[in-house]
Amino acid sequence: MPKPSLIKHSYKVSCAKDKLREIRIFVENSLKDHVPSEVDRANIIMAIDEVCANLIIHSNNCDPDKNFEVIIEVEKDKEIIFQIVDQGVGFNLERYREPDLKYLMAEQRKGGMGLMFVVRVMDDVKFTTRSKKNICRLVKRLNGQ
Amino acid sequence: MIAINSKTEGLIEWLTLVGEVDASSSIELDKAMEASLKNGTKKLLVNCEGLEYISSAGLGVFMSYLEPFRKSGVRMVIYGLNDKVMNVFSILGLDELIKIATNQEDAQTVIDQA
Repeated sequence: MPKPSLIKHSYKVSCAKDKLREIRIFVENSLKDHVPSEVDRANIIMAIDEVCANLIIHSNNCDPDKNFEVIIEVEKDKEIIFQIVDQGVGFNLERYREPDLKYLMAEQRKGGMGLMFVVRVMDDVKFTTRSKKNICRLVKRLNGQ
Repeated sequence: MIAINSKTEGLIEWLTLVGEVDASSSIELDKAMEASLKNGTKKLLVNCEGLEYISSAGLGVFMSYLEPFRKSGVRMVIYGLNDKVMNVFSILGLDELIKIATNQEDAQTVIDQA
């Protein structure tokens, strides 16, 4: 039985980079009544965009025949739980080490900052794989909003 | 998704970004920056007043040109960032590595002093 204050939104989309804008609009629409600060909302939207971009490019090789789902559960005035579910190559967060910006600059690397942003903005980040299904679960607490 | 306009006067180039830079459109920013490097630009002012969103893919493009620009003597200043975009630069610490000005006049001063 769902909690009475729980609001759930979900969006299924194909693994194509040109879908990222649609996803950002979906997240914006789902958050606008719960995260009043435009800057805070923008940070959350970007964190979801980063996870989805990584999933599309690295886990699913930009294959538009594959799909993934973004599920948002808002527990009013408490927290927002995001689940991004796909069936591509899973990711192990335990092996992740935050890169040094000066190293990225010297190596002229264009990647490496997306997950850094996600980890800094979200209150909890977990990646799990079960029965060929990968779930990235992100939590943003709403205390102090 | 992103419109990029370039205007050059001698060794000075103004790049104006309007719209959103994400993983699907960052290639456009990359092309514009590469062209600036090849064209012999020495002062690059990037107008972000119309930049509504930039993800790490776009930020990575800026980062990846810092070293080639330094080696080629290109000075870059970006300016006119809205609060949301500026906040992203701060969270990642990019404001420590990339010269950022509030507006065009300030950018002109910063680039002349750089």
